[in-house]
Amino acid sequence: MSVWRKRLSAAALGVTALVLAACGKGGAETLHIYNWSDYIDPAILTDFTKETGIKVVYDTFDSNEVLETKVLQGNTGYDLVVPSNHNVPRYIAAGAIQPLDKTKLTGLANLWPDIMAYMEPFDPGAKYAVPYMWGTIGIGYNKDAIAKRLPGVAIDSWDIVFKPENLAKLKDCGVYWLDASEDMYAVALNYLGKNPNSTDLSDYQAATDMFLKARPYVRKFHSSESIEALANGDICVAIGYSGDMLQAKSRAVEAGDKVHLDYVVPKEGSQVWFDVFAIPKDAPNAAAAYKFLDYMLRPEVIARASTFTEYANANKAATALVDPAVRDNPNVYPTSDQLLTLFVTAAKEQPLLRDVNRQWTRVQTGQ
Amino acid sequence: MSARPRSGLAAVAPFLWLGVFFLFPFFLVAKLSLSDTALAMPPYAPRVDWSAGFEGVRAFFAALDFETYARLTSDSLYIAAYLSSLKFAAVATSLLLIIGYPIAYGMSRFPPAQRQALLMAVILPFWTSFLIRVYAWIAVLKPQGLLNAALAQVGLGPLNILNTDTAVYIGLVYAYLPFMVLPLYAVLEKQDQSQLEAAADLGCTPSQAFWRVTFPLSLPGVAAGALLCFIPMVGEFVIPDLLGGSGTLMLGKTIWTEFFSNRDWPAASAVAIVLLATLVIPILLYQRQQQKMIEAAQ
Repeated sequence: MSVWRKRLSAAALGVTALVLAACGKGGAETLHIYNWSDYIDPAILTDFTKETGIKVVYDTFDSNEVLETKVLQGNTGYDLVVPSNHNVPRYIAAGAIQPLDKTKLTGLANLWPDIMAYMEPFDPGAKYAVPYMWGTIGIGYNKDAIAKRLPGVAIDSWDIVFKPENLAKLKDCGVYWLDASEDMYAVALNYLGKNPNSTDLSDYQAATDMFLKARPYVRKFHSSESIEALANGDICVAIGYSGDMLQAKSRAVEAGDKVHLDYVVPKEGSQVWFDVFAIPKDAPNAAAAYKFLDYMLRPEVIARASTFTEYANANKAATALVDPAVRDNPNVYPTSDQLLTLFVTAAKEQPLLRDVNRQWTRVQTGQ
Repeated sequence: MSARPRSGLAAVAPFLWLGVFFLFPFFLVAKLSLSDTALAMPPYAPRVDWSAGFEGVRAFFAALDFETYARLTSDSLYIAAYLSSLKFAAVATSLLLIIGYPIAYGMSRFPPAQRQALLMAVILPFWTSFLIRVYAWIAVLKPQGLLNAALAQVGLGPLNILNTDTAVYIGLVYAYLPFMVLPLYAVLEKQDQSQLEAAADLGCTPSQAFWRVTFPLSLPGVAAGALLCFIPMVGEFVIPDLLGGSGTLMLGKTIWTEFFSNRDWPAASAVAIVLLATLVIPILLYQRQQQKMIEAAQ
């Protein structure tokens, strides 16, 4: 039920925003934000409106592909969008986002230098983007169902979701993989001991061969449905983004605590991703976007966002203010040892991207 | 006198409509399919450089090529997706006929007052958004869903239907059933019952009368219903995406992948153009069928 409640409240939020937007035509300022679904505490938006008088119209998407296609087309009407790190270089090259005027962002000093270092390859000098949340890719799983099928096996390795002999035992209870070719190849290349940033197609071929051996045991490839499927007990293991998997865990608790979930960052290491705020070149109200960005850079605000989404933020001053249940979870805020196993991947050139996506289609469809 | 200009406008209106809402978008897509991908806004090249005047337009046309189409033929993915889409549409159309015909036939045999209520019942689902109805099927078919809960009550199951081709067929048949029933009903309802009496007088059993009189006379409705379902089902995206598995291969999904995952607008456009070109034949058949029905009615 709680899932529906969340969906309903999200819908109600959308309607309110629309109504507010309609009223706003009279003269009050409006800010159009396009962010990932289930990714903000709605109270943050209402508080921002209360403080600044700027109405917020908040729309959501659930894949980078959808976002990038819209933004590159232009005239989206959005003042603030939230792409992931490995897409940022493409936005910059296409001239789709504008360089930030840092004098308008007084809170930039709060950012966490160690974490910002991971953003350097994508946005050198942090000229274009301000990080919102960051996290890892890992395994979300149903503790009881896995313990029954893989007794005595420690759930700390990619072996669980990549080795056919393990997957064969999990097939009946349901396995989901992310439908995000670049993310999946990055973790698979790393797992195979290859460079996750490889530009050599034969490395990707090796990963494809491994995927194809595991493919018969995978029920579906999807990047957001696994939250609900795990929480309902429809599936028992998924490769997913840290916050999504942890959200599934808390939804299962809310839904009556019949399904017991957990999330792990495998010991072989994993990819770090960032979702970053960026202002489209043709943003109608960039001034309001700056005000919102600066608002989100306040430690107490971003800490509240992290407590809600269960993702880590990149604001060093905020860490102490985040709910301890989130802050002390090494799967959200990795330990310094874990940080050493994490990596980032850079954007791919179009021909390589095409070939990699073609291989990914073959993994999914057998064609 | 006043009738003349109005009929003139009436004659132009359909062409205007086609020009604005079909031909113009078609040329845009066709142009796009001859372009190349680029890291720009929008993400393709060439674009007409109007400031260069005629030279700009000429440079634009010189940069168009058929390279994307060549790629479509060199990769077996596209032909496989195309054949798979045809298979889905053909099988679903057959199922729709088998299910829709008895419904339409039954409806047409009710007294006229009740027919209206039945007709209403067929149209009623349209009052709910198509997307919501497809989502409702997820709730029914999923592993812990309504169907398996019901099966468990009688000691059966569980069935794994969601994210398989079976779920796609269920979704297609459910969503398109009204489009099959309505044309069939329109034909069957108009049939003169005295023809059946005549067949009985001449010694036909009821089943012979059906196969020799009712069914042949309803063929225009069968053709109209079948084409009305088949044509949009080939390009269907929502149903295979939500109900199908990752292995479900349909052109709608292929276009999505090209457009969104590969950011390859030219390839997506080329696939769409090929799809349209191959659907022209059934569309023309449908047009001719409609024309015949209109003439017969007159």
